[in-house]
Amino acid sequence: MEFAELIKTPRADNVMLHRPFHPAVEGTLCLTGHHLIFSSRRQDNAEELWLLHSNIDSIEKRFVGSLGTIIIKCKDLRIIQLDIPGMEECLNIASSIEALSTLDSVTLMYPFFYRPMFEVLEDGWSSFLLEQEFELLSSVTNEWRLSCVNKEFSVCPSYPPVVIVPKCVDDEALRKVALFRHGGRFPVLSYYHKKNGMAMMRSSQPLTGTNGRRCKEDEKLINATLRSGRRGFVIDTRPLNVAQQARAKGGGFEQEVHYPQWRRIHKYIERFNILQESFIKLVEACNDQSHNMDRWLSKLEASNWLTHIKELLTAACLAAQCIDREGASVLVHGSEGTDSTLQVTSLAQIILDPRCRTIRGFEALVVREWLQAGHPFQQRCAQSAYSNSKQKWEAPVFLLFLECVWQIHRQFPCSFEFNEQFLIMLFEHAYASQFGTFLGNNENERAKLKLPQKTMSLWSWVNRPEELSRFQNPLYEANSLVIWPSVAPQSLQLWEGVFLRWNRPSRFLEEAEEERINIIKYNKELQAKVNALRRQLAEMEADEETQEEP
Amino acid sequence: FHPVLLLQVENVKLLDRYANRKAATGTLYLTATHLIYVDASAEVRKETWILHHHISSVEKLPLTTAGYPLLIHCKNFHVAHFVIGQERDCHDVFTSLLKLSQPVKPEELYAFSYNPKMSKENREMGWKLIDLKLDYQRMGIPNDYWEITDINKDYEVCSTYPPEIVVPRAATKAVVMGSSRFRSRGRIPVLSYLYKENNAALCRCSQPLAGFSARCLEDEQMLQAIREANPGSPFMYVVDTRPKLNAMANRAAGKGYENEDNYENIRFKFIGIENIHVMRSSLQKLLEVCEMKSPSMSDFLTGLENSGWLRHIKAVMDAGVFLAKAVREERASVLVHCSDGWDRTAQVCSLAGLLLDPFYRTFKGFMVLIEKEWIAMGHKFSHRCGHLDGDPKEVSPVFTQFVECVWQLMQQFPCSFEFNERFLLEIHDHVYSCQFGNFLGTCHKEREELRIFEKTHSLWPFLLQRKQELRNPLYRGFTAYKELQPNTLPFSFQFWCGMYNRFDKGMHPKQCVLDQLLSCMSQKVTLEDNASELENKLPFLDGPVPSEGCSSPKAEAAAAKAPTPPQDFGQGAAPVLSNGPSLG
Repeated sequence: MEFAELIKTPRADNVMLHRPFHPAVEGTLCLTGHHLIFSSRRQDNAEELWLLHSNIDSIEKRFVGSLGTIIIKCKDLRIIQLDIPGMEECLNIASSIEALSTLDSVTLMYPFFYRPMFEVLEDGWSSFLLEQEFELLSSVTNEWRLSCVNKEFSVCPSYPPVVIVPKCVDDEALRKVALFRHGGRFPVLSYYHKKNGMAMMRSSQPLTGTNGRRCKEDEKLINATLRSGRRGFVIDTRPLNVAQQARAKGGGFEQEVHYPQWRRIHKYIERFNILQESFIKLVEACNDQSHNMDRWLSKLEASNWLTHIKELLTAACLAAQCIDREGASVLVHGSEGTDSTLQVTSLAQIILDPRCRTIRGFEALVVREWLQAGHPFQQRCAQSAYSNSKQKWEAPVFLLFLECVWQIHRQFPCSFEFNEQFLIMLFEHAYASQFGTFLGNNENERAKLKLPQKTMSLWSWVNRPEELSRFQNPLYEANSLVIWPSVAPQSLQLWEGVFLRWNRPSRFLEEAEEERINIIKYNKELQAKVNALRRQLAEMEADEETQEEP
Repeated sequence: FHPVLLLQVENVKLLDRYANRKAATGTLYLTATHLIYVDASAEVRKETWILHHHISSVEKLPLTTAGYPLLIHCKNFHVAHFVIGQERDCHDVFTSLLKLSQPVKPEELYAFSYNPKMSKENREMGWKLIDLKLDYQRMGIPNDYWEITDINKDYEVCSTYPPEIVVPRAATKAVVMGSSRFRSRGRIPVLSYLYKENNAALCRCSQPLAGFSARCLEDEQMLQAIREANPGSPFMYVVDTRPKLNAMANRAAGKGYENEDNYENIRFKFIGIENIHVMRSSLQKLLEVCEMKSPSMSDFLTGLENSGWLRHIKAVMDAGVFLAKAVREERASVLVHCSDGWDRTAQVCSLAGLLLDPFYRTFKGFMVLIEKEWIAMGHKFSHRCGHLDGDPKEVSPVFTQFVECVWQLMQQFPCSFEFNERFLLEIHDHVYSCQFGNFLGTCHKEREELRIFEKTHSLWPFLLQRKQELRNPLYRGFTAYKELQPNTLPFSFQFWCGMYNRFDKGMHPKQCVLDQLLSCMSQKVTLEDNASELENKLPFLDGPVPSEGCSSPKAEAAAAKAPTPPQDFGQGAAPVLSNGPSLG
């Protein structure tokens, strides 16, 4: 397909661009296959806006006489307005944007066309391999092994080709366990707590059905993570009644009789459409410029967004507590094991593992626990909070995870190597990107699309020193401790950096951040200078001594 | 410590409100001024001090298996839940605290016995630290239009105003006296702040005794004099900060508001800030929400909404913004009042000053602002804070709301205040502590009668001594920002956990950016000293200087300012700080 067919009016002049807190700008609008480009014609202070079509969540058009107005709502939650003279031009542009922002073929997406302007220092597609992860693990324990049972994606289509499993369980057993777990998602290692050798596993629900089917290999697999005489915890992210109802559809949960060493805890986490609705309501509340405090607070409450945040953090703390405080191994799952399960396991690692609080470590976590673990990004992030179409697979699952990280970050501002901008950047790229990283729903799809060969990885770009410097937290001091966040409502805040970002000017907050960076940077320079002077003085004194001695 | 010990009780438990940690066990002491609890179960000696004056209520709760519970609520929002083994002990503590926390006579207040071992000269110097005359001079007063007059030296004009007030030159003594008879409690229109750039003035007073039809020529002349003191503007605003309904109800009692027909060229406007009773019950509801045991998010947000607290904060802020805007943008003078002109009027005038003038955002300036708009102008701290055993209906968190508005501004403009949150909390503590004389009594006349200037200490020098820990490391200096134009959309207001859940440490961020930056600031001084000392030891150094970026001490002095660079932003006129649209 040629994009040109979709673009009837590639260019319009005398277009007015309106954005909140910016003066309106007049300029020229151009449409390309993947971008909407606006550039002001002012010579003195030329302004350009490049918007990926895939970032456009919805568009509305209005006419007053022959002046058309297009309101574009983006997946990063920004709203812009374009006034386009000429009804035909406006209609053409609107329909082009509509078509180009809803391309149904992945291979037409921008990442397949994007050619980077930077030199690739490190190919992000191979920056985070599970083999490297396993090597680290092998240096502290030999109870685990890498299994290639899924190398053809035949045992579990949503798992990566290699997974880490208990050493004592062979591939044959894994195949049997896969048949006993929803979507073939057999229990695999998610995190190993070096401090006490406890493990966190994740999977999907067991297919016990109504007649209480069991699978000896499944029992053996998860029991292999237990120390003798110790119990483990199954954290089921569904409420008990939902887990019970799942049996009628062939699903189910681990029953005490067959898993006597495991204690099951149901910690309910909302899913899919409920989260999406909540997201839509919250964004609506944030964009409502009514001056009424009561209305704002009641809309914020009714969105339930912060409730989800609190529940999610509570569940993650619970998992972390089982491992660190109780010294027990943990298995986490919900139904499919691709959403709430990953939220819990990845957040628990943020709490437990200082490595996950570094930039590289966090990237590795996102790769391991989200991308390779088969969170269906393409489905979940197809639309954001402004979509009118009721598609049932969208859900801000990853955004909720990022916000929870932000909440913990806010409570431990010196424990993270990255800053808020880093999290916001990941949110943006999950929804629309020039990079191939978040395309596809799992490794299987990514392999079929040949993403590593045909597209650029987000990590190739982010990990370049000049980009990294934008994402560094000046206050960071490596902290090897477990960090327990408070989940009291008073301790949680709306993530303004995402939800109010376009609704309030950020100048004064940016200046504050600049100031913080300056203070710390200057101190570091001073310290370096003092150290250098000391060294020099010591050398001089040493020289003098040697001169005096003979 | 060797204070006089009144009572000592062993085996007292102190419960943690949130964490399910084991309760502390220790000893409770009562001294003449404090309740002191020493935790014996902790590895390091841990003490909890509660000033008797800070206690707002003491309750005996029903007996539990652990013993006799005693619940103490403090005015600085500290809540302490003790459990005492013996009923007798519990009762003794209870009755002692009731007595100690509610003194009857002013002489019993802490300030009259507080002895920081300071020389008489220094104590007197302390009281002279803040000179309001200097502040008026800063505004250019006296000038052609305004004068400082001692017409109230015998409190003949108004018993709750200070002896010296600022009125238009054009207002004769007869006008002043006449106007005072027409204003509730004689609180005539006086100047609060003069915006030098355009001569627009912010003035304050109490409600007129207008009833349904009464008028007063002198009062009308007074307003005319104020309007004409700003020749650039053809009109002036008269702002009644009460809800219209309340103001109308007052007419029946012979009070009320200005009739636009009787005053020349005024624009009259209501701004609906609720009265002290609504505010008191709103805070009560807010505190109940803050004290809930493991509330859900929904419980908390619904409770926050139902308390109405942030709605009131927004109303006060909106009013402040309106005044500042009228003065700055419309170049119009404004006369503000509420009923008596000592609560809402104090809030909005001080807030407007803070928005208009960067001086009030410095340590010294903020002290001046509080002395001027609150203390001198007769905000009844003693009644509003319940310093003495008195009418509970007079108690209201009017000053707390002002402090919170300042905090909300700090959230929006993190680099524009010289001081940090702790400075606000410190002041808030001492408004209730009665440890210093500043906030005692209800007005200047009463403070003279109490002889606080002879017998007590002023708070301000004590706070200035602690500048290092109370400063804002992000402050960009006096000239960096001029006016502040805050965003007053509802989402710009946050719940202030640091105030209302201040003593629930578990709720606060576990790592403190402020501490981190403050220690950077103090390290910086040491490092700079080290560097120059070392450089002096290397006098014959030739060859390249170490560490690029900061080369010689002289060149480095310029670099040193880079992190705290008022001069970088101070060139030319300071920009107006706008933070988005606000309610006009």
